[in-house]
Amino acid sequence: MTETSIQILHVLLWGLIATGAMSGVQFGAQGLGYSRLSLPFLIGTMFTGERRAANVAGMVFYLLGGWLFAFIYYFVFVGLGRDGWLAGALVGLAHGAILLVALLPLLPYLHPRMASEYDGPSYRRRLQPPGFLALNYGYRTPLSTLVAHAVYGAILGATLLR
Amino acid sequence: MSFPPIGDYAAIGNCRSVALVSRDGALEWLCLPTFSSPSVFGAILDRGAGHFSVRPRGAYTVSRRYVPETNVLETTFQVAGGGVLRLTDCMTLPAEPTADLQSLPELDPEHEVLRQVACVAGEVEVEVEFAPRPAYGRDKVRFVRRGRLGWQVCDCHFGAFLNGDIELAPHERATLRGTARLRAGEERWLSFCYDESEVSVITPLGAWARRRLEDTIGWWRFWARQCRYGGEYGDAVLRSALTLKLLNSATSGAVLAAPTTSLPEAIGGSRNWDYRYCWLRDSALVLYAFFRLGFLEEGDGFLGWLLHATRLTWPKLQVMYDLYGETRLTERELTHLSGYRGSRPVRIGNGAHAQLQLDIYGELVAAVAEYVRAGGELDSSERAMLAGLARTVCRMWRLPDHGIWETRREPRHHTYSKVMCWVAIDRLRRLELGLDRASLERECIAIREDIEANGYSEVKRSYVGYYGGDEPDASLLLLARHGYCAPEHPRMQGTYDYVTRRLSRGGLLARFPTESVYDGVVGDENVFAPCSFWAAEYLANVGRREEAKALFERLLGCANDVGLYAEEIVAGTGEPIGNFPQAFTHVSLISAAMALTVEKTVHPPLSSQGK
Repeated sequence: MTETSIQILHVLLWGLIATGAMSGVQFGAQGLGYSRLSLPFLIGTMFTGERRAANVAGMVFYLLGGWLFAFIYYFVFVGLGRDGWLAGALVGLAHGAILLVALLPLLPYLHPRMASEYDGPSYRRRLQPPGFLALNYGYRTPLSTLVAHAVYGAILGATLLR
Repeated sequence: MSFPPIGDYAAIGNCRSVALVSRDGALEWLCLPTFSSPSVFGAILDRGAGHFSVRPRGAYTVSRRYVPETNVLETTFQVAGGGVLRLTDCMTLPAEPTADLQSLPELDPEHEVLRQVACVAGEVEVEVEFAPRPAYGRDKVRFVRRGRLGWQVCDCHFGAFLNGDIELAPHERATLRGTARLRAGEERWLSFCYDESEVSVITPLGAWARRRLEDTIGWWRFWARQCRYGGEYGDAVLRSALTLKLLNSATSGAVLAAPTTSLPEAIGGSRNWDYRYCWLRDSALVLYAFFRLGFLEEGDGFLGWLLHATRLTWPKLQVMYDLYGETRLTERELTHLSGYRGSRPVRIGNGAHAQLQLDIYGELVAAVAEYVRAGGELDSSERAMLAGLARTVCRMWRLPDHGIWETRREPRHHTYSKVMCWVAIDRLRRLELGLDRASLERECIAIREDIEANGYSEVKRSYVGYYGGDEPDASLLLLARHGYCAPEHPRMQGTYDYVTRRLSRGGLLARFPTESVYDGVVGDENVFAPCSFWAAEYLANVGRREEAKALFERLLGCANDVGLYAEEIVAGTGEPIGNFPQAFTHVSLISAAMALTVEKTVHPPLSSQGK
């Protein structure tokens, strides 16, 4: 096995672990009533209106996304010339902040099942939009999202270049 | 704001929770996300604990009905001046009656209360007041307007929206209020959507709301039309079946005793218990009702729940379990609530869960026997479980217990409990479980000898409530039904005479004499509705059909205007009182109707020792 393929496997393995940890934090926040944001559910409902199928499909895409971002983090660490759990956590925080500030507010324009406050709900568009910093899903949502991404980044920072 | 009578409420639900709506159009009880969760609307227990009301302004008279064959409630307000307003309430269900709620083609909220407000004649001004108070009224919420999505309920852990086409505005004490003037032919919609832990789903109004209402009506009708009952009193039996279905959890198969807690057995009294659990006591009757009415899927589901839930405590059984078989139902008092008409304390959880009640073994085994009689088959793990129960009953039947009424005093040897131990062994002996039949037969004989020697009073010419006493107990009327004693046997006839003579309150029956603090709780209680149905059933089974019919029809008159029964009936006025609506009363009605119009409900004396 070449060094490159070993490195790819390394990124895939730790990408999976980091995604699992990030999911754990987010599901924990949901279960404890801190936040109702579920990224797998939001991703899955882009493709289907069936809750069960949406949750399963969403989780698959979420894992694939977790792997994809593991490679991006790898190149970010290489590019920065720094790694370690602290650097990783900071990159994760930046990632989480971009998600909260830029990506989630765009969702009503991109998501086929998300309603908007201007048009109201329709037969298909029924999901509540996240709003600024996804605060519509609970006022602790920004915190739980940032913590989840910081954990993801910290795990990758501590492992990817080792 | 005064409390309406308990009979003024009607129930709507989605088989995952139940809401109670008063004759005045006020939704005053709803626990979310499940039956036994804390209430979001709890005005039935304290006027400040949350309500959602829709009613005309000014004076009006009210008539109500369920849309036929459904649990969709229609309240019609006749307003002074000639206006007529119709309020149609439901908790929505999917279009496809057999659909799994997780696999609907489009996203629906976890729970939706949908209210259609339609002006049928004249002109009516409608008032709406929306005041959710989560956590049994302890949490204060605030509302945030989300544009055309409606009002989001904030400062709570769940996601909830009120979307409607009546303009509302925040008012003091976290309440939304609004009015609308409707002319004949106009309608408005109000949709309360609830999601416990996921992103909120808000449903559209107008034509889509009408479709959801029609889907819900279709769902209930599809279910109701599976009913095979062909006897007299079909409307009352179907209403009872629909009520049982409301209390039958779609997620676990359990059947709750009632959807409420602490509605008092007597106004101002302390017999206020939480009934949002599943009592094994009710299980045989519930199974009987489901199978005999043709609701095989519900019967299978309930039996599956019974056998699954009781594994946690196997080989012993607990009096009650929660929806998912949880056994720790610690009792607590909610001191911040006034209670219904000042009836304190309001309790959640139920301390009776830890009691020893030996009758439940017989109830569970009789339920299984009913399942097998209806053609069901037991798998090997279920057979092993039942064998374990046989050993437990053989070991424990000599112990004193708290009895079927969960007496809160020292354990006694309750005659009904001993009989149900006999029922358990007798049925287990016949279930081909590979048990030592001769040994079970000996145990049956021993239990019977014990009952006949200690549980029967030659002086009173009747079985008595407990050994060493001479007080009657209405549960003894079930001895014939369970096949312990033939209805025509002099001892059974004597028992009927003694029970009805001592416990009759204006022709209906109490459970036991309260003057002697029979159950360890001081204070009077009203007529216990199931007991009177048992009396009617006994009369039918013994061939006294005219008396049975007269009593049964009198009891039908004690239902509220939409056919629902509480746990008890106020002697004299016939009003429902206690937790509401109550499964035990409704299954007792079904069983009595069966005995009256279809077939005897006495199990043949299965044991060679049967009298």
